[in-house]
Amino acid sequence: MRAALLIQRWYRQYVARLEMRRRCSWNIFQSIEYSGEQDHIKLYNFFGCLMDHFTPASSQKKWISHIFHESDAFQDMELERYFSYKIIEVPDVYSGPHLTFPLTISNVTELVDAFKNKQKLHAHYVLRLLEKTLMLLRFLPNINHVSTCKYKEITICGDLHGHLEDLLLIFYKNGFPSAETPYVFNGDFVDRGKESIEILLVLFAFQLLYPHDVHLNRGNHEDHIVNLRYGFTKEVLGKYRVHGKQILRLLQKIFSWLPLVTVIDHKVLILHGGISDKTDLNLISKLDRQRFVSAFRPMRGEASVRQEEAERDDGRRRVQSLSYSTAVRLRPDIPRHSLHSASRRDVGSVEEELSERRRLAGLGLTSDQGSAKDLQTEAWKQIVDVLWSDPMPQNGCVPNDVRGGGCYWGPDVTQKVLDRHKLQLLIRSHECKQEGYEFCHNRRVLTIFSASNYYDVGSNRGAYIHLGPDHIPHFKPFQASRTTRELTLRQSVGRTERSALQALRMLLFTHKSELMREFLQHDPQHTGLISLRSWAVAMETVLHLSLPWRVLRSQLVSSSNDGMLNYDDWFNQLSIIQPNAKIANTSLLETLYKHHSNLETIFRMIDTDHSGLISFEEFHQTWKLLSSHLQTNISDKAISELAESIDFNKDGSIDINEFMEAFRLVEQSRADRKPSPTTGQRTTDKLTTTQNLSDITR
Amino acid sequence: MADKYNAETIISETHKKICNAFDVFDHESNKTVDVREIGTIIRSLGCYPSEAELHDIIAELEEEEPTGFVRYERFLPTMTKILLERKFRPITEDLLLQAFEVLDQQKKGYLEPEELTRYLTQEGEPFTQEEVEEMLSAAVDPDKNVILYKDFVSMMTIDDHR
Repeated sequence: MRAALLIQRWYRQYVARLEMRRRCSWNIFQSIEYSGEQDHIKLYNFFGCLMDHFTPASSQKKWISHIFHESDAFQDMELERYFSYKIIEVPDVYSGPHLTFPLTISNVTELVDAFKNKQKLHAHYVLRLLEKTLMLLRFLPNINHVSTCKYKEITICGDLHGHLEDLLLIFYKNGFPSAETPYVFNGDFVDRGKESIEILLVLFAFQLLYPHDVHLNRGNHEDHIVNLRYGFTKEVLGKYRVHGKQILRLLQKIFSWLPLVTVIDHKVLILHGGISDKTDLNLISKLDRQRFVSAFRPMRGEASVRQEEAERDDGRRRVQSLSYSTAVRLRPDIPRHSLHSASRRDVGSVEEELSERRRLAGLGLTSDQGSAKDLQTEAWKQIVDVLWSDPMPQNGCVPNDVRGGGCYWGPDVTQKVLDRHKLQLLIRSHECKQEGYEFCHNRRVLTIFSASNYYDVGSNRGAYIHLGPDHIPHFKPFQASRTTRELTLRQSVGRTERSALQALRMLLFTHKSELMREFLQHDPQHTGLISLRSWAVAMETVLHLSLPWRVLRSQLVSSSNDGMLNYDDWFNQLSIIQPNAKIANTSLLETLYKHHSNLETIFRMIDTDHSGLISFEEFHQTWKLLSSHLQTNISDKAISELAESIDFNKDGSIDINEFMEAFRLVEQSRADRKPSPTTGQRTTDKLTTTQNLSDITR
Repeated sequence: MADKYNAETIISETHKKICNAFDVFDHESNKTVDVREIGTIIRSLGCYPSEAELHDIIAELEEEEPTGFVRYERFLPTMTKILLERKFRPITEDLLLQAFEVLDQQKKGYLEPEELTRYLTQEGEPFTQEEVEEMLSAAVDPDKNVILYKDFVSMMTIDDHR
């Protein structure tokens, strides 16, 4: 019947349009996410260059030198100082869980219940738990070998990123870890989500309880420098104001002791990021993983005896290994490299050298200082590749420019590496997938991701895998939040899309002056109007985000006459958002907002004692650093005025959190409000709420 | 520089639109898309082909030896022609409403879920179970458990940002 056909035709078109919108939202989130990661690398490279250029006497060097040369106070004896849980008293008023050691199953279930009820574990117990965890981890090898003959099947989970709700959902559906229910957790437990410390404590607790049945692989976010930017550091300092920095220092060590790889039945390889054409499991099994504290720092040296030498050399190596295009301007002789490998430059001789050294090392002969450094570089590359790489459809292996670390590897490399080690399947995580999992490379590589609603409610499902002795993965997708399941397709797409578009609008707002300049170029007669075509061209030129602007146009531009857009009006519509604080200098505001993630990262690096407070002097220094990085001019006077207006209690120091609050753009149209996370000194506006770009893009 | 809407501009704008839409589904960034996504791409560009018409288009687009992928070089001219000739015109709100009214033979003003399901899964180009469920989840009034098609049509067509 024709009527039925018409309805079907119409509905299918409707669904197709929804699908297109969903894909676009997804692309928006991913573009913003990856460009954030690039920003982080650029910032770090910039510091590397500074290190190289400032004389030792320079005060600026003082601020950032500690990031690179945290003196090895982490001699084992020194650890005692940090295990001062003994002197931390648990007050009687504490109503959270009390743990006894060795842990019992009822301890751990009590812990999980407490977290479900949003309770906090007291710092005393946190430090004890972490200490026990560290002791356990030191006994574990770099590569965990697991066999399925003991079990029916093993459960494998991917990135959790602080989504406690998802972990609890997995436990609810699949059961707690136990001798009968073994688990592998494939890294990225922290950052972005707001309950990262809870996830860590639960995972560590279960591991202590069942050390042979719970396996944790390190992810690229188990790295204190990454944590500075992506929220974990902030979370811990916020939840543990007195003991936060102790906890973070201990975690730094714990992260470096997390195993890198898990292998099941010598057939299935599980690691966080991926592989490269140089990946060698034999080498990985032999290296000293604990010396690799962060992807952004060189391997820790043997002893402080060589410290001075190390300081001189490390600085140079730092620049070489993290060089990026900004660095090239200052040091034109250094060619562009990826995050990890200086050895890339002199491939042939080093490789031969290395294999010789490796052979010698395997035979127990000591190598001299020169080759020790080569081995270190090689080891470092192996680890960075494992933690940061992504698969690509084309054959080959190329540096991963998007993330700035690791590589993109192709199906030929998968075949080569898996065959070389007689493995069948590679299971990895690191990338968010719509359905929580995805195969590639002829089903020899499987990506598993367990943080549902990663970008926003309804954006994606999470999944975990059951793997039995047949090594055929069975997928269990899920999605946290009851509300998601109740939404129709249309509503959930609409919601994610609104959120993505909001993030995009924020981005447009921060590029306002550049966009205006572009628009004026298309409108030399200053009529105030440009064609929609010119609009799309301008967007592409300014933003460098590969987004389908013409498809998005209908969402971002609400009205036009005869295909012409009044761009002033359009900007006014975008700027329904206004800054929270009374900052008169609007162009400064724009700069601040644009770089607020970088700013926050710099603050946290400079805040050496993790107090959350910085002095005016430190604030000033931050500005100088940021403005030289951005190569813009921010006047001293403007900065001083800003600092004073931010120091709300006039005590000469600035609370980092308060400062970041001041720059949240406030959307006037929403009626609901969010409570301010900082002290009660500042009041939020009555009818406004904060929409922070970093909250949305996390 | 006021833009004149000459043929050249229109064609180049059309090409860019098609390119954008194509790129959204080009997961490997190598200017090919899975043939199963062609329908979505064509529809998202504003066309309302039937399944049969889609099959014809796909047959035209596929390589001599079907690889499961469609290349952009083949897609672009075909799609440009479709857009410029305005084939597969949109279905207006009125037309849609009329279609529902035809199905509502007793002129009740609403349709029972079972009724609509029957029509859509047995007549025309039948819906799959999944498609029916999806549509009903949005169309059925939760209190009365029927489809008030007039409201449904208004609600859905408001979504049209064009």
